[in-house]
Amino acid sequence: MIRTLPNSKGYLAGYKLFILIFFLFLFAPLVITMILAFNNSMFPSLPWKGFTLDWFFGEGPEKIGLFHDKINLRGIATSFKTAVAVAFFSTLIGTLASFLFEQENFKFKGALYFLMIAPLVIPGVILGISILLFSNSVGIFIEDTLGIYLKFLTPSFWLVVIGQFSFITTIVTLIISARLRKFDRTLEEAAFNLGASKFAVIWFITLKFLRPAMIGGAAIAFLMSFENFNTTLFLIGSQSTLPINLYQQVRDGSTPVINAISFILIITTSIIAVANLYGGKKEDT
Amino acid sequence: MMMKSKTRKIRWSFIIFFIPVAVWLFLLIVLPHLELLRISFTSTGSDGYTLVNYKAFFTEPIYWLTFVRTALYSIFVTAIVLAISLPVAFYITKVVKVKAQGLLMVLILVPFWVSELIRVYGWMILLRESGVLNQFLVKIGVFNQPIELLYNDITMIMGLVYTSMLFMIVPIIGVLGSLDDALIEAAHDLGAKKLAIWKEIIIPYSMPGIMSGSIIVFMLVLGSYLTPKLMGGKNSLWFTEQIYNQIIVYFNWEQGSAFGFLLLLLSSMIIWVALKLTKQSFSEVIK
Repeated sequence: MIRTLPNSKGYLAGYKLFILIFFLFLFAPLVITMILAFNNSMFPSLPWKGFTLDWFFGEGPEKIGLFHDKINLRGIATSFKTAVAVAFFSTLIGTLASFLFEQENFKFKGALYFLMIAPLVIPGVILGISILLFSNSVGIFIEDTLGIYLKFLTPSFWLVVIGQFSFITTIVTLIISARLRKFDRTLEEAAFNLGASKFAVIWFITLKFLRPAMIGGAAIAFLMSFENFNTTLFLIGSQSTLPINLYQQVRDGSTPVINAISFILIITTSIIAVANLYGGKKEDT
Repeated sequence: MMMKSKTRKIRWSFIIFFIPVAVWLFLLIVLPHLELLRISFTSTGSDGYTLVNYKAFFTEPIYWLTFVRTALYSIFVTAIVLAISLPVAFYITKVVKVKAQGLLMVLILVPFWVSELIRVYGWMILLRESGVLNQFLVKIGVFNQPIELLYNDITMIMGLVYTSMLFMIVPIIGVLGSLDDALIEAAHDLGAKKLAIWKEIIIPYSMPGIMSGSIIVFMLVLGSYLTPKLMGGKNSLWFTEQIYNQIIVYFNWEQGSAFGFLLLLLSSMIIWVALKLTKQSFSEVIK
């Protein structure tokens, strides 16, 4: 049954086979995508026509590699900027929210906490259209009453940041709160007794303690923003993010340049994920 | 004197924590959804409030049939995901040698972070008519000629299972990690069969993980747009597609709002019923 109990050979072999099939299922599409990034063919499919790096470095005219593909490079740049902005703001507000929910007591705390976790169960598509409609109404209202046109309230770069921020902050808050819960509050009291102000305590002691969780939260916020599709779909203006760009290319059919992008993204996310995992492990000990 | 100044400072810190959080939640969560609800009761053709958008939903079979289909398929996908995830999570936490555990965890978590679009694209390369699997099957003689394996309900369900299952496995691993092996050993020594151990110990113990996993998976599947669209093709008939069409293609925001609100209502209701049935509380499940 479990590793400490005697198990029949058949049980273990059967279980192993199941897990093997599971991991095959898990990795098959990723591995095949990565391999075909190096296929010397105009289509992302077999047969294998030899190894090439053209889908990364090709200058055209036949094969335009990723590093010469203006549309996709622009998409990557937009996604990167969006993700940096979202990671910054969601970590900032997420840290404040963790302090609010872990260290303060106030009326309606339960209700506010419920609101804070609600974005986890709101489908991203609905969050996207709600923010689109609301910002549009606010924009019209401001234009009618004050005569000011606010561009960030129409589909644009900042509206995408706002939309992604609205639910990613919840996840960052949960990550930082989990760390803050483990904080030994006698450290704070010791500092108070030695004459430190509340803000000095937070700045020099609590935030130091929270730093690994804040870095981890920001990394996760960055990844979630970088690959977000559902919410972003309704909020983009003229600058498409990478997932939206890729979606159009995947739907309409494209060259293996998508595989090259996927290859780079899979490798990068894996490195961030593994670094985060080991960083997280270290902080526990 | 000391006490007084201390409490005043604490109130200040409360305000600094409270205001940004309240602004975030009211401006970006509460008000937009109230606006969604309000707009769903309006119509471009008339002033004031009207039920015309909801009426359209119930009188056009294509709308409510798609809605029901999406709901049922989402529940079905969640059930399949659970059936796959439980044994995988159990294997990683309890069966495999401790040495291999870390590696398996990394292997699970890495694809978890790879974007949904890339994972779906991988399946498209594998399954489409000119895809890798077809070429392989023709070569070894299973098929005489390539067959389109994409764009049907079965591949769509498989794709939805694939893109969402890690959100079930991770929370279950989280709970099972703290399950004391001694409980299972004791049950085994007292002669309990495997099925009884699963039913009496493992499943009740992992219930919080199962519930949070199920909620997240169900919500992701219900609100999924990419996977049904790319793997189910024209016949996917997923409700999010109807919302997208109304908002972006027909520019009928009022109708789209009504659809969006109905989807939100459905997901909240199903989650609420599931929590009631298993006697769990929302705040405890989402941790």
